[in-house]
Amino acid sequence: MALPKVCGIETEYGIFVRGAENDPVAASSLLVNAYADRLGPRPGWDYEHERPSSDARDPEPPALDGGLDPELESRLVNTVLRNGARYYVDHAHPELSTPEVRTARDAVLWDVAGERIVRRSVEMALGHLPTGAEIVIHKNNSDGKGNSYGCHENYLVDRAIPFGRLVNGVLAHFVSRQAICGAGKVGSEFPGQSPDAVPFQLSQRADFFEEQVGLETTIRRPIVNTRDEPHADPLVYRRLHVICGDANMSQVSTLLKVGTTSILLAMIEDGALSDDLLPANPVTAVRQISHDPTLRATILLDDGRRFTALDIQEALLEQARAWADRFGLESVGPEVGREVLDRWTDVLSSLRSGDGRAARWVDWVAKARLLDAYGARHSIAEGAPRMRAIDLQYHDLRPDRCLADRVGLEQILDEAEVARAVDEPPSDTRAYFRGRCLGKFGDRVVAANWDSMVFDLGHDPLRRVQMSEPLRGTADLVANVIDESSTVSELLERLGS
Amino acid sequence: MAERTHREPQRRDDETSEVDEGVPARSEDGTRLKAELDDLLDEIDEVLESNAEEFVKSYVQKGGQ
Repeated sequence: MALPKVCGIETEYGIFVRGAENDPVAASSLLVNAYADRLGPRPGWDYEHERPSSDARDPEPPALDGGLDPELESRLVNTVLRNGARYYVDHAHPELSTPEVRTARDAVLWDVAGERIVRRSVEMALGHLPTGAEIVIHKNNSDGKGNSYGCHENYLVDRAIPFGRLVNGVLAHFVSRQAICGAGKVGSEFPGQSPDAVPFQLSQRADFFEEQVGLETTIRRPIVNTRDEPHADPLVYRRLHVICGDANMSQVSTLLKVGTTSILLAMIEDGALSDDLLPANPVTAVRQISHDPTLRATILLDDGRRFTALDIQEALLEQARAWADRFGLESVGPEVGREVLDRWTDVLSSLRSGDGRAARWVDWVAKARLLDAYGARHSIAEGAPRMRAIDLQYHDLRPDRCLADRVGLEQILDEAEVARAVDEPPSDTRAYFRGRCLGKFGDRVVAANWDSMVFDLGHDPLRRVQMSEPLRGTADLVANVIDESSTVSELLERLGS
Repeated sequence: MAERTHREPQRRDDETSEVDEGVPARSEDGTRLKAELDDLLDEIDEVLESNAEEFVKSYVQKGGQ
């Protein structure tokens, strides 16, 4: 029986200061501080239980005690928001992690809410900049010069599934899903290859993967990351940390990225995914597929067959439909699961037939179409500087500059729900408890992280509330208790903690 | 007489639009997309930064995760 696919998205944004010193760390800190300071008291991030160097290939689950990992020192500014998200500076980028959500559609919702938060932060920071200076934010994954930053996904997975089985299960999808949710890029950044060797490719990230499986996230990046930090009961859960995806501007692309991956992970847990699609050379295959926007490139499978990305995706979809018929869609949310299967079908059929509909749904198709049309009208060659400018500005979050906002992408969210998600947590995960406590008792929250909160009751000692179950702390379970408690002491007493 | 010659093309327009209704939704989608793209191409030079190519050159990020 597959576990509910609780999931979330972490986005590291590109940041650039114009008209003043371009210090990305200071500018990122300014954004987070400007936004958080408007919200009143701000709890810090609690690094207890963070073990980014725990490796999923170790036979034992990570322990909960021990010292802080040195990597944590690079994280400078860090806060938790009322919608349950984490907003912080990671390396030299502003990063926003959505709250834990229960469906792919909610992942889209809180991801887009994250964009709004970053856009608002830019407005709020403006007063702190010299006249004429501005902070420009891009929701992309590379600067076109060989530097990449990530958009990671996280999925709750059953600890009982051997990690090797997860790896073998997801590789075919991780290699080929860029066809349905790649963000598109002008030029190559693959080391040793001329930038112009690839006029246009499917993915922002494909050039940066050097290993099949590994622990790193900033160097020698692996297709499957083994970081074993469940942020939940380590004996019961894993958190699959997916680092190979692109940040998407298209809501449908994000829905497909998270929705199809959730379904495949549930299929692995149910033993319903075949292993005959395993790529023979996954690292090469990622690039072969990305570098051919005609989608005709074939990759070698372990069993000697050669498949295109669409061949693999169609085979996975067929198995997913069979799985849904047999096991139901409860683990991914029945309505959203159905929508994901239908949209997956539509996108693949459009890419197969070349009917152009995919330009409303898939970032790389929308971007390629814009570049082709612009190039044809102005007789500009592929890969020209002007084309690179269009590529970059597709991801520009300034409302008057963003090209993705103008290419006719289908919107699956309405403005009212996005506005709510900026300030409110999802109701059906523990993020509800986190967000509501911050909203109601923010001045009493000393620190928070994914699986605990620390409260100051006004007298010693501080009290830590553990949240090791991602599906507890939901509105159904705690809304009344929070509503009816007038103080934190009362809240904790009623919770029995 | 003048009135009649004026009406004739209108009737033809009506006939044409009746024919259009029989075309699958996918083509209407395609036509709409193309019209939107034409509009975007008309406005894109204003939306694109005037010094866009310079900006691309100076756009360097620190590597992240």
